[in-house]
Amino acid sequence: MSAPPTASAILPDDSGPQPTAEERWRALRTISRGDVVYRGMLTLLALALPLLLLTIAAGLTAGAWPAVRQFRFGFLTHSTWDPVAGTFGALPLIVGTLYSSLVAMAIAVPLALGVAIFLTEFAPRWLRGPVATLVELLAAVPSVIYGLWGVFVLIPLLRDAVWPVIRPAVSWLPFFKGVFYGPSVLAAGVILSIMVLPYVATVSREVLLAVPAAQREAALALGATRWEAVWSVVLPYGRAGILGAVILGLGRALGETMAVTMVIGNRHEISLSLVEPGYTIAAAIANEFAEAVTPLHLSALVYVGLVLFLISVAINAMARWLIWRVARGSAAGSAAV
Amino acid sequence: MHQLSRSLLVGAAAVIAAAPLAAQSEIRLTGAGATFPYPIYSKWVLEYTKTRPNVEINYQSIGSGGGIRQFMDRTVDFGATDGPMADSQIAVVRGNVLHIPTVLGAVVPAYNLPGISEQLKFTPEVLAGIFLGQITTWSDSRVAAANPGVQLPNQDIIVVHRSDGSGTTYVWTDYLAKVSAEWARRVGRATSVNWPVGLGGRGNEGVASTVRRTPGAVGYIELVYATQNRISYGQVRNRAGQFVQATLASTTAAAAGAMGSLGPDTDFRVSITDPAGADAYPVASFTWILLPRQMSDQTKARTLLEFLWWATHEGQRYATDLGYAALPARVVELIEARLKAVTVGNRPVLPANYGGGARRAN
Repeated sequence: MSAPPTASAILPDDSGPQPTAEERWRALRTISRGDVVYRGMLTLLALALPLLLLTIAAGLTAGAWPAVRQFRFGFLTHSTWDPVAGTFGALPLIVGTLYSSLVAMAIAVPLALGVAIFLTEFAPRWLRGPVATLVELLAAVPSVIYGLWGVFVLIPLLRDAVWPVIRPAVSWLPFFKGVFYGPSVLAAGVILSIMVLPYVATVSREVLLAVPAAQREAALALGATRWEAVWSVVLPYGRAGILGAVILGLGRALGETMAVTMVIGNRHEISLSLVEPGYTIAAAIANEFAEAVTPLHLSALVYVGLVLFLISVAINAMARWLIWRVARGSAAGSAAV
Repeated sequence: MHQLSRSLLVGAAAVIAAAPLAAQSEIRLTGAGATFPYPIYSKWVLEYTKTRPNVEINYQSIGSGGGIRQFMDRTVDFGATDGPMADSQIAVVRGNVLHIPTVLGAVVPAYNLPGISEQLKFTPEVLAGIFLGQITTWSDSRVAAANPGVQLPNQDIIVVHRSDGSGTTYVWTDYLAKVSAEWARRVGRATSVNWPVGLGGRGNEGVASTVRRTPGAVGYIELVYATQNRISYGQVRNRAGQFVQATLASTTAAAAGAMGSLGPDTDFRVSITDPAGADAYPVASFTWILLPRQMSDQTKARTLLEFLWWATHEGQRYATDLGYAALPARVVELIEARLKAVTVGNRPVLPANYGGGARRAN
């Protein structure tokens, strides 16, 4: 950064008589008028975003109103989705959305943290750049490509190679009951985990990089192994930022549409079993919106969209609160959120 | 594909070359709706506007539901749908709508049974049983009874259906509702329904790829899609008791068979599934264009009616190449009467002796 211009640089140059204090102030005021305009514009732009959010909320509520009036909160607890009879219950969609995202996070978070720790603490220097870039590139793959890959590669692999091997070991668990046809919550969870991995890994890496070297050195000086230094000093120091990274990934998983609808089986049913098909809110909206003929069907889709909106807001609010609690006592990383 | 893009280029070149001519009085029509007839509609627009440089027709394939909504809001000049408008929707536009059939499509049961080389035969009872979840294995005696001599495996049946709302689903469920009282009572007919069993795939390609990749699967897809992608599909027994292979000819025969029961004042909002006729394939349907009976703009009305006249006459010869079944002659006669009944300010738009051809509007 170059030195900021001083007031004298803008004032008439001092070959003539020195300006009085009065003149100085006037010159400054002309600048500050520009500042006022500038500040006003920035304020407007900054306010436009929250306004947009409120408009979205209002639009969703207005569109959902006929369904809200008809079904009230029963919409959230019923399981029948029957456009012919005009009965709509969104519980399978809500459960499916949360369940598939949960599976995704369960797979992605340990993996992403591992990648971040490896890249910041253990990887040889020549390997760090290329691996970090490749992980980030995962985020650049369009979701429909992930969907195609899921249909053509992942599902056949899970069904024909993985499932026959692990089935005897896990089929007593309620999570693996039933017949595995391929399209399932499990397939969706695995696809989603790959999709959110770059977000969680990249942000976590930035957070770990921001941990001061003095912290590590202090731990090592006290006789900690490198692993102990990472586990008991570096990670706790960056926990707020890592939590933020996880929430970012979760938000992405909740709203993902195309890849999920291609592999989840699109079935309005609640099942604890991961090998059974399921459905998510975003997938249902994308699938049914274009051909929703009755006003009630359309309104029910908007209603379930409003629910997704509220779920996202609630999770973000919770994350804020968690980060605020966690950040007391850990400095690094809260800046990264 | 390549041919299509080349003809698009040629079309674009023709439009550009004709641009100075068009400047005098450009007539622009917009339509929106069903995705199923989109390839033939864009072909029609391309061919039709080649010789009429002052006409521009813009069709957006946003889905039947969207087509009906935009038509009801009058944000488009014409709508397009694979399922007819409901009475309640017609009441909203105070009856000011005509359904004009344009082409026919058929829906076929596609299946994946490794090791079976014979073409399977489905009775209506078997199809309803499978999709209701009552017939769950291929070796079920009801499936075997329709396929003597075929060694059916003892394999689970996996039902695959459309997850997106679709005119294809409407035709399929409409057929099942006609042949099975239980289906009519428990599920009904619509562009999306509450499926008793099965996996959902998005679009024809979603259903087709799931069927292809899942041994034991059976799903329903459009005939065009099945033939173009060489997916094996079964014959279906029609009302006359014949097992019929779905072809463009047997689809047209379905419409002809159903027409027997139609009066001259039909509004075309008819389902032609499960029709009479020994050679009729039973899972077939019209796709419709929606336009108002009373219009306000004489020039637009004339252009739209001339276009629809052309599409249902000369335009039909493009249907077969693109995988659609052409309208039977009897239906085209009825359409002529409907088009001539369209009015602007209580006066018919087309002259009583109109017989096609591009006369200058006004």
